Amino acid sequence: MSRKLVFAIAALCFAAGEPAWAAEAVNPSADFKAFRDYFTSRFPKVPLKDFVNGPYSMDADLRKQWEAKEEFPPYEFALEQGKEMFATPFKNGKSYADCFPNQGIGIRQNYPYFDEKAGKVITLELALNLCREANGEAPYSYVKDEMAALTAYMAYTSRGKPFDIKIPDDPRALEAYENGKKYFYQRRGQLNFSCASCHVQSPGQRIRTEVLAPALGILAAMPIYRSEWGGMGTTSRRFVTCNSQVRGVPLDPQDDLYRDVEYYLSYMSNGLPIAGPGARP
Amino acid sequence: MRKYVLILLAIVWSIAGIAFVAAAGSEADFKSALAAAESANKEAGALKNQWTTTAQQLAAAKQAAAAGDFDKASSLAKQAEALAKASIAQAKEQQEAWRAVEIR
Repeated sequence: MSRKLVFAIAALCFAAGEPAWAAEAVNPSADFKAFRDYFTSRFPKVPLKDFVNGPYSMDADLRKQWEAKEEFPPYEFALEQGKEMFATPFKNGKSYADCFPNQGIGIRQNYPYFDEKAGKVITLELALNLCREANGEAPYSYVKDEMAALTAYMAYTSRGKPFDIKIPDDPRALEAYENGKKYFYQRRGQLNFSCASCHVQSPGQRIRTEVLAPALGILAAMPIYRSEWGGMGTTSRRFVTCNSQVRGVPLDPQDDLYRDVEYYLSYMSNGLPIAGPGARP
Repeated sequence: MRKYVLILLAIVWSIAGIAFVAAAGSEADFKSALAAAESANKEAGALKNQWTTTAQQLAAAKQAAAAGDFDKASSLAKQAEALAKASIAQAKEQQEAWRAVEIR
């Protein structure tokens, strides 16, 4: 047997032993289709747009309680505060409206986006603090209070608008997307859970008293008032607490990886309506 | 009588000396265990995969050392090191293992 033939057979054996994904390129649109198909075939009775309502799309009793609560929603104070803050000029006379397209109204569905100039994912929370700093104001905490109030107002002006996240044909954007996907599926913490363990493999199941939300549309209602927190929380807060709950040390609230996860999950929800601010148990 | 007193004193000094050496050894053990645990936890940090329980055991180990209980402190530091090493192993394993559960 010639050496070439031996090498060829060895290469074939090696290739046959490799998992199917080994040589796959990053393909967000194929991921999008598979992700959506997974949830719609697993929960055929849930209307597509209802996935944004998280646990309420999974549990009828919980939904009834939520509908009653929506008559006097617990996020209302934050919404009012956010509206007022948004309209209040900075010390230099400019305002948030000057930092955003369409004066910041009805644009939540376009966040996060990949900024090709900065070479990174820009979330709404980050954009708000960048706006503040550019106008000589101190940044807010990313997890609650003022940031939750501002994002609540911006989400409210965008309610019903479908997520429209773009992934440009830029290797850096594709890398950010892939890193976000990877973080979402990787197990972490002493309890050895991934985001997907709860929100892909177990939506509708209970973890203690909580009904787990499906990953499809999971960020559409952000920011949220959580009874468990006794207050409002942003997407950053949600990621931080998810990590802590599995006994993992959380990353900084707007760490590259958290922004990448938000990019991935928001892209997976393209076409689903913004429903924030929301209320969760 | 004086001879007995001297012998007694010698015994007491010996015991005290042995106890001192034992205690000093225990503190050295703790310092070594703490350094190993902190080094492993730092490595986990570089992989962005520290566990909260590692930090808790490290804090408890330092608290026990501050109270002079070096045996307990060493034991807790060793537990912290084991947790940190497990978190490193998890991070390395998950570098590729995540693909097996991806929706495709």
